[in-house]
Amino acid sequence: MGGGAAGLRAAIAAAEASDGLDIALVSKVYPMRSHTVSAEGGAGAALGPDDSLDLHAFDTIRGSDYLADQHAVEAFVAEGPGEIVQTERWGCPWSREPDGRLAVRAFGGMSVNRTAFAADKTGFHLLHTLFQTSLKYERIVRLDEFFVTSLLLEDGRCVGVAAIDMRDSEVRCITAKAVILCTGGIGRVFSFTTNAAINTGDGMALAYRAGVPLKDMEFVQYHPTGLPGTGILMTEASQGEGGYLVNNEGRRFLEDYIPSKMELGPRDILSRAIIEEIEKGHAFEGPYGHYVHLDIRHLGEKTIDKRLPFVRELATKFVGIDPVHEPIPVRPVVHYMMGGIDTDEVGRTRLPGLYAAGEAACVSINGANRLGSNSLTECLVFGRRVGRLAAQDALVAAAPSENPVVRLAEAEQERLVASYLEKETGTERVAAVRRDLQAAMERGAGVFRTEESLKQAVEEVGELRERYADLSLDDRERAFNTELVAALELGNMLDVAETIVRSGLDRRESRGSHTRRDYPDRDDDRFLAHSLAFASAEGPRIEYGDVTITRWPPEERKY
Amino acid sequence: MAHPDLWPETPHEGPEDLELWEEGPPREPGAGPRAEGPPAAGEVRLTLKIRRYNPAVRPDAWWDEFAVNMHPTDRLLDALHEVKWFHDGTLALRRSCAHGVCGSDAMLIDGRNALACKVLVKDVAPKVTVEPIRGLRVIKDLVVDMEPFFEGYKRVLPFLINDEDPPDRERLQTPQERERYDDTTKCILCAACTTSCPIFWGDGEYIGPAAIVNAHRFVFDSRDRGARDRLDILADRTGVFRCRTTFNCTEACPRGIKVTKAIQEVKRAIMFDRL
Repeated sequence: MGGGAAGLRAAIAAAEASDGLDIALVSKVYPMRSHTVSAEGGAGAALGPDDSLDLHAFDTIRGSDYLADQHAVEAFVAEGPGEIVQTERWGCPWSREPDGRLAVRAFGGMSVNRTAFAADKTGFHLLHTLFQTSLKYERIVRLDEFFVTSLLLEDGRCVGVAAIDMRDSEVRCITAKAVILCTGGIGRVFSFTTNAAINTGDGMALAYRAGVPLKDMEFVQYHPTGLPGTGILMTEASQGEGGYLVNNEGRRFLEDYIPSKMELGPRDILSRAIIEEIEKGHAFEGPYGHYVHLDIRHLGEKTIDKRLPFVRELATKFVGIDPVHEPIPVRPVVHYMMGGIDTDEVGRTRLPGLYAAGEAACVSINGANRLGSNSLTECLVFGRRVGRLAAQDALVAAAPSENPVVRLAEAEQERLVASYLEKETGTERVAAVRRDLQAAMERGAGVFRTEESLKQAVEEVGELRERYADLSLDDRERAFNTELVAALELGNMLDVAETIVRSGLDRRESRGSHTRRDYPDRDDDRFLAHSLAFASAEGPRIEYGDVTITRWPPEERKY
Repeated sequence: MAHPDLWPETPHEGPEDLELWEEGPPREPGAGPRAEGPPAAGEVRLTLKIRRYNPAVRPDAWWDEFAVNMHPTDRLLDALHEVKWFHDGTLALRRSCAHGVCGSDAMLIDGRNALACKVLVKDVAPKVTVEPIRGLRVIKDLVVDMEPFFEGYKRVLPFLINDEDPPDRERLQTPQERERYDDTTKCILCAACTTSCPIFWGDGEYIGPAAIVNAHRFVFDSRDRGARDRLDILADRTGVFRCRTTFNCTEACPRGIKVTKAIQEVKRAIMFDRL
């Protein structure tokens, strides 16, 4: 499920694993519309002669504030370079060094240049390369614009999914010996986000409702540099190429926060620094709130056009500022979910037959804070791992029985008709409930959090659930009913939002992106642990699981 | 330079003299009025005239109008969302990234193909006309059937072909070699070019500019060995020689790809190799 980088990589891996499998790539949008397309800066992997796997692993673990599982990180860094080379063989138009090798650039939190890139549209090129490659395999059958509404369960196994074909809103039942969720993140649960409109946490909600815990959901990454208003991302490659962050005194304020790394510090630290500058009155103010400046003028027009053409295009188009001549207004913006569906290091969940990878999953290699450019590589490495594993398992799994599955699909169709299409009561609009959810999350679970703000958010999300029950759709027809899809997405968002605020409330410490003003320190005695949110009748039940430490014992996170 | 006379009133299915359906389809309680009150300070009023089609409520297409208050720097996509989310939930459109790179929201905007997320309200206010892209069957409102478009794409073998044993690491490619096909790597498959092409409108068989752009992207990639196969495909009667160089495609491309130039380069590759 899902046609972004992880889903496509998994499908290709499964197709290569065996000729004997039928593979369906199910996606609510055409695959090249997936949010991977928006990734700009690059894909991190220890490719260069001055780099090493251990160095990449250590940077990732330190960046994670020691919440990453180190055996998973070791596998990740070891397989990263091979995956980048693999996509090169499939034709990805990577940027090159003068001698023809893959070029690498600097990125936040990485101690050497290790981010391979394709100008500043790396995700776009990677996604198209994977999509193109998937076309070579006839075994991969695409079900484009199918929205998955529930997992089909039988005798404690996942045996497929129920999905509506958006063309006619009919529930189709897709049986499977293995189901892989690669449905991406949940940025849309906040009002100000870099995420595409489609990032509504659908796969996370499906797994959660089926009894699989969501892990580390309190860790939401704010990217330091989004355009005010739209939230459009100004890639961290801007800083990698030498850009400055400047406050309203014209000063590179990061010298007060992270002088050793400055603009190349990790995202959680930079985002906090910008919010603090705003609070100190050191920021600019515009129609869309406070902001600081990202200044890349000194790089010169030639470098900007070569290395950061998209930054120039976006700033010029959407805020009317040409970064060759003026600094770009930026502020922290919700960007990435470190948490997700609890999986092991090959993508297996606790529910037999169900797997996950990419941003939807939480392995975890990202812990409490992901380093920029690790996510594309994560999609490749774990997409391949999970595709191979699911293929192997599917070859020996028993076929799901027809009858229960058909019954489940019928029940699902009846539910959709009764709850949405032919529901006679209700006064709430999808957009009103969604807007209030996003505002509540922004207020309660932003860059800085407190007991009070999180409790308030828990309460508000609870109230929004009641309003959700009172939803009424304008569109009652079957053909391409995007309002029905939006309503189903909102249901998913509410489920996932609740796990974010509940996990955040219970984690009474500050670690990585989760910053509690009332608990400013990291507390390894109590919280060097993954939170696990289980669905229950009373809302999320939070438990904790062990973090795997192999060679890097937790120490103070210093830069 | 585009040739405006080659943008005819066109081949949508259904009658061309559409009427404005004043009251619109029956709407649920809770839907907003078709016009909002006066704009607040800093806002502008934008009237959207939208070509609607929904066979479940009416057999033919119709015009619908909504007036919304927006910030001048909002995107036309934001205005369409305002309509959809607060005035009429039945409006159907596709969208995803909202900043011009996913290719979901190509539409005919004031008579020209563009992405709704790359058109700003200030550039079209006070009134804008929005229609589905042309030459593909309309499913509902602004949503068209993209399958024929993707079929054309698939026909040109849009993936790297090279059966030689690769080196241990990456294949080398100099920045100059990389630059050679850079322009055509930028295609986002939005169909703005193909559905602006009068040959495509009039002839269901023409493979269309987007497919040719994607063939070009591989034909001129130093790593690829499949040029011959692709050029054979494009040399046939549904291929490049149907192009009449009207430049509509180049003007329509939201990524600024020199589409017509790419098509000419493919034509030349075919002629020099084959003729």
